[in-house]
Amino acid sequence: MTAQPKRISATFDPLAARADFDILSLEVYGRPLAYLDNAASAQKPRPVLDAMRNFATSEYANVHRGVHYLSAKATERYEAARETVRRFLNAAHTDEIVFTKGGTEAINLVSYSFLAPRIQPGDEIVLSVMEHHSNIVPWHFLRERQGAALRWVDVREDGSLQADAVEAAIGPRTKLVAVAHMSNVLGTVSPLKEIASRAHAKGVPVLADGCQGAVHEIVDVQDLDVDFYAITGHKLYGPTGIGALYAKRERLKSMRPFNGGGEMIREVSRDNVTFADPPARFEAGTPPIVESVGFAAAVDYLSAFDRVAVKAHESDLLGYAREGLRELNWVRVIGDAPGKGSILSFEAEGMHAHDLATILDREGVAVRAGHHCAQPLMDRFGVVSTTRASFALYNTRSEVDALIAGLHKARKILG
Amino acid sequence: MDETLRELYQEVILDHSRHPRRFGALEGATHTGEGYNPLCGDRVKVYLSLDGADRIADIRFEGKGCAISQASASLMSDMLAGRSVEEAERLMGGFLDLVKGEKEPHDLSAEDRERLEVMAGVSAFPMRVKCATLAWHTMKSALEGGGPAKSE
Repeated sequence: MTAQPKRISATFDPLAARADFDILSLEVYGRPLAYLDNAASAQKPRPVLDAMRNFATSEYANVHRGVHYLSAKATERYEAARETVRRFLNAAHTDEIVFTKGGTEAINLVSYSFLAPRIQPGDEIVLSVMEHHSNIVPWHFLRERQGAALRWVDVREDGSLQADAVEAAIGPRTKLVAVAHMSNVLGTVSPLKEIASRAHAKGVPVLADGCQGAVHEIVDVQDLDVDFYAITGHKLYGPTGIGALYAKRERLKSMRPFNGGGEMIREVSRDNVTFADPPARFEAGTPPIVESVGFAAAVDYLSAFDRVAVKAHESDLLGYAREGLRELNWVRVIGDAPGKGSILSFEAEGMHAHDLATILDREGVAVRAGHHCAQPLMDRFGVVSTTRASFALYNTRSEVDALIAGLHKARKILG
Repeated sequence: MDETLRELYQEVILDHSRHPRRFGALEGATHTGEGYNPLCGDRVKVYLSLDGADRIADIRFEGKGCAISQASASLMSDMLAGRSVEEAERLMGGFLDLVKGEKEPHDLSAEDRERLEVMAGVSAFPMRVKCATLAWHTMKSALEGGGPAKSE
């Protein structure tokens, strides 16, 4: 194997893409930065930052409110961003896209507005053990407050999730299946289409947490046929503070509002209030306007690449790192599901993840250490925490080499 | 090697973390406290047995976590056995000063300072200070009646 970054395809050149990210040329502690914490948050390319700055300096005002020039411009851009996100997810209608603060708020919106009014004590929510806390805690709320029961679906030892297992967990009282498209710890990609089809056969709607999935997989919500799909901007090379919920039109229409305030009403009197149609019904208050422009620019940035080639590049990095770790008999990788995405979690013998991450950090290698907001999954694999390297389109094989070299160094210090 | 790393993971600390002193439950403890760091999942439980004169007749700890948190708990337990409650609190004040990078920690004897000094390297790693302080906050919460301790 060569340490040189590999050029996978004529249509995607990772080194050229890398040049769009100024922050990646940073040195930390006198060493080149190897940013391998992309599953936590990705860096933002110049086109995204430029789009936000240009918008803020030439077109910004509040949306949907004023009749003046800038307000019209800003509204146009905000609604164009919605259309961009629709196209990215291949939703059937633009009004099926609700802007939220992020993935967490998108899932909470479904919990409060869709599921809560439909839950009687003893009703069930099916979820997998590999969910992020953002796709667990909103359902715990319904357990605590309304007596819902959580039905957990286990993953196999290799981290894969079986549609059969999900189907088996669905009972007559199941009101929702909530599952990650891609695990933020294992990298496992769920058989989402199959899960949706099996759940629908039993009349149960499906929510997918797409915060990781949308970054690495090519998402078509119509083909997947999920009822809800939650994404966040900052993992998609966009800004923080914005995400989106895709929901089928009839689902959104049946949902009560979540936040109340400006922009989400039809009419307000002293004695009465009527609500706007979706998606406005779910976007109370002034939304993250500059961020919506950045979000759209990020989606456009990613979509301009050959996504299949990007995925091949990320898989190459994952495979290269996986091979590197295989040679270290004191490292145990957690999650080896076939077809998994470019997220690699592991434990190193005799080393706590935080000690390991501290040493890697001083080598310029940024990884995440901890429970990754997935404590039920940590319990499942009998670990308190793991170290996680997660790869983005701009990472290179040399950065994987830096990771492996850092591991050797940590072993020398702590082992 | 990076000097700050060498300072953080010096031999004394690694030895304490690999071979923790006074590790295990203490039967008949008069005070116990549990500490948890929700950010990293580190846990520590401190058992104290106070005699009639407010002296720590015995101390033990159990825990799971990184080298820094475990070494700190071990070193603390080792140092507090036989001390008065008042001394324990004074030591804690000096320790907190040290790990926050104070050059002149107050109220530490030369001997105590020398023993605690091994943890001072953590001051160069702001994200890790909470690992070092968890056991001490837990000890304090045990003395104060055992509410959950946070390391902030």
